[in-house]
Amino acid sequence: MTTSGLAHRVTRTGILLALMLFAVVPLLSMFTTALAAPGSTPQGLSWPSDPHWHNFVDAWSAANFVALFRSSTLIVLGVVPATVAMATAAGYALAQLNVPFGKAIYGLLLVGLTLPFEALITPLYYDLRSMGLLGTRLAIVLPLIGLLMPFGVFWMRAHFLGAEPALTEAAKVDGANTWQTFRRIHLPLATSAWSALSVLFFLASWNQYLLPLVLVDDPTKRTVAGGLGAFQGQYGTDIVLLCAGSLLIILPSLVIFLIFQRNFVKALMQGAVK
Amino acid sequence: MQYSFYDWDGIGPATPAGLDNWKAIFTQPELLQSVVNAFVLVVFYTVLPVGLGLVAASFIRELKPGAFSTTARVVLFVPQVLPLVAAGIAWTWMYSSDGLVNQVLRAVGLDQYTRAWLGDFTFALPAVGVIGVWVMLGFCTVLLLAGIGKIDPALYEAARLDGAGPVSEFFAVTLPGLRRELVVCTTFTIIAALASFDVVQIATQGGPGYQTMVPGVQIYRMTFLQQHVGQASALAVFLAVVVLLVIWPIQRLGRQK
Repeated sequence: MTTSGLAHRVTRTGILLALMLFAVVPLLSMFTTALAAPGSTPQGLSWPSDPHWHNFVDAWSAANFVALFRSSTLIVLGVVPATVAMATAAGYALAQLNVPFGKAIYGLLLVGLTLPFEALITPLYYDLRSMGLLGTRLAIVLPLIGLLMPFGVFWMRAHFLGAEPALTEAAKVDGANTWQTFRRIHLPLATSAWSALSVLFFLASWNQYLLPLVLVDDPTKRTVAGGLGAFQGQYGTDIVLLCAGSLLIILPSLVIFLIFQRNFVKALMQGAVK
Repeated sequence: MQYSFYDWDGIGPATPAGLDNWKAIFTQPELLQSVVNAFVLVVFYTVLPVGLGLVAASFIRELKPGAFSTTARVVLFVPQVLPLVAAGIAWTWMYSSDGLVNQVLRAVGLDQYTRAWLGDFTFALPAVGVIGVWVMLGFCTVLLLAGIGKIDPALYEAARLDGAGPVSEFFAVTLPGLRRELVVCTTFTIIAALASFDVVQIATQGGPGYQTMVPGVQIYRMTFLQQHVGQASALAVFLAVVVLLVIWPIQRLGRQK
């Protein structure tokens, strides 16, 4: 090992460790703060001499955790299966079947992909109001399905573009119609693509903040992120309770990510660039 | 789109406003400022995470696959999984008078630099930007790492035979091989920067003054707090067009070759 090689290794490890520290320190700071005496103002990162684990119990009820969790689950169940199913079908059609105006549809999708949610929130609000849906979970579910579609179709189209045409030919020779070819051959082969999309859409719905904030007044009918925002508004001055509550509320996403991280990262790697 | 040509409070009848709402974007300083701020955030949401992500990804690649490289990847990605609201709350605490940032400054004897960062006219916008770096870094790193994994190992061997060190290897092999991944990273993060809402709304609500105001928060406030629906719509359409204009050339760049 040359000295310059050694120096490079030391710098490399040092920089990586620094970046990792940067990633976890805000969460650690939240954690130690959450254990401080209720009502006190602790220093940024200091282990309390007598940790108040009870804060988490208090925050559990203050954040109305059970209701929030249930609401987010309902929203995710409303959004993810429907979006993934439609995006898969549409992506397949655009990539493998000769749809009339396919190119134009794809162009529109690309525009939809770049549209910021904020640009649509105003008309959405008035549309939903005229439909009498404001304040219901449907007011979050329906727009989210629409807003996530462009990305979903884009993602699945990219996958199906790479599908082997010979397979379709072979299926046709065997007398399968279009639907059977899709259902029996291409859908199973696309499992990694649509399961990755499900994870991404799960996060997008679970973490959605703007739509619930605007469209639903009752925090217990919102997503986790929307509920977290309301919680901050309510307990913003009680830093100890705020940190404890925030940690509780983000814990499910964190746990799910850590369990699925291997699949998740792999899925992201496969799907994002095609 | 249609709303943008009207003066409407969302309840009463709408009156046609012609191009007034559009003119306001370019003449009202705080509207223009919000757009400028969004572009400043691009530096933090895009340039820094992509740059640091390149460094981190190429360093992780050089490691032997094992516990450390996996941990690095997972830890860096954690912020991306959390709701942006959580990022806003965690960092608001970091930046507060008793928060960690000031605590560190005091510990190293730089007391005179401590301040309430998000309330500071000079530092509020960069402080919000750093939150963006925190959120985006993991995404860029993981995506670029994936791209590096697809580069033909023979290219690295060839570079090494030519006597390339880690740095020239990076510029000769890694960087050109990452073209498509870089386009995806840049596109995604620029959209996130220009359309930022959650972090700013939670951390500063656009303040102090208009120092951290971004179009997303401005649209929300004009529609739902100030009842300037027409003006908000004009800004919304403008924002959508700006995003398209910025993203288009980058996508073209990615399609070449």
